Amino acid sequence: MITITVNGQQHDVDAEPNMPLLWVIRDILGLTGTKYGCGAAQCGACTVHLNGEAVRSCVTKINRAAGQNIVTIEGLSAHNNHPLQLAWNEMNVPQCGYCQSGQLMSAAVLLRENPNPTDQDIDDAMSGNICRCGTYQRIRSAIHKAAEMQTEGAKI
Amino acid sequence: MKKLIVISGMALIAGIITLSFRAEKAPANNYPTLPKDSAGSAKAFMSVYKVLMSPRCMNCHPSGNAPLQGDDSHIHTMNVTRGVDGKGIYSERCSNCHQAENAAGLHMPPGNPKWGLPPANMRMVFQGRTPRQLALQLLDPKQNGGRTKAQLIDHMANDDLVGWAWHPGDGRTLPPMSRPAFAAQVRLWIAKGAYAPSAKTK
Repeated sequence: MITITVNGQQHDVDAEPNMPLLWVIRDILGLTGTKYGCGAAQCGACTVHLNGEAVRSCVTKINRAAGQNIVTIEGLSAHNNHPLQLAWNEMNVPQCGYCQSGQLMSAAVLLRENPNPTDQDIDDAMSGNICRCGTYQRIRSAIHKAAEMQTEGAKI
Repeated sequence: MKKLIVISGMALIAGIITLSFRAEKAPANNYPTLPKDSAGSAKAFMSVYKVLMSPRCMNCHPSGNAPLQGDDSHIHTMNVTRGVDGKGIYSERCSNCHQAENAAGLHMPPGNPKWGLPPANMRMVFQGRTPRQLALQLLDPKQNGGRTKAQLIDHMANDDLVGWAWHPGDGRTLPPMSRPAFAAQVRLWIAKGAYAPSAKTK
């Protein structure tokens, strides 16, 4: 048994230590918001937070996550109201949507560490997340929007 | 009597602390020496240089702020950058993709617990350096991470991340000689006087 905490909830998982974290999240815990894209850490669709870092869960073995804190898209906010989720909604960012949970999880790390990112900062943070629909311009706009919302929220 | 025990105890603790620091930092002259031989030393360095300039070593010692990939040493995809600590930035930290060990299969992320570039304040660039430039850089504690010659030998011969170059995972070529042979050339270079090749050497 391997114990992991996912979105604040502790789970004892009966899994082989080399099983990818992504399989545990999707197939054992049933949290299917995180997507399988390439299986080679090339596309970013499977991005989740491991102790706050945006790891690619397709190449991260479950034994690395043992006893650690994992946050998936389902746990990014309590009521789907993270500034990024609000901005994503407002700007109609997704097209097919497949990559978007990974995009949001990567963007959340960027905004946590840099509340007012420039276009270059966004390029530096987000180039590991590929969107086959090419929604990059809307992703960029929504990150700027979310940064504004986050700053406004902090003032209140 | 009580006082004596307390003083002895403190002396013992101080001794242990001192020894533990000594264990971390090898004494400056703790390496084998041979009669000085500038030609032999520089020749040994040229073997060392060939290894350091192989993609397995140079790809993480780039002249820019992005790591390199592949045997053609192209710039790492995904706009990856060094960051202050050499471990990447934001959602593109090295360990977000690179695990503690190589992932199996062609074109999968290689791995090591210490995966990363040298930090921004100690960039230790190999790419583009001539043999002379690289030799002088490696010997300069201000440019080599504060290492003495003994520590430099230890780093080349025993460091785990350096050792990854000889276990690089599927599809990656190895440096041009074995690690023991490489370490022997490093020792020889330093034992014979740690001479830098002449500026004309390519």
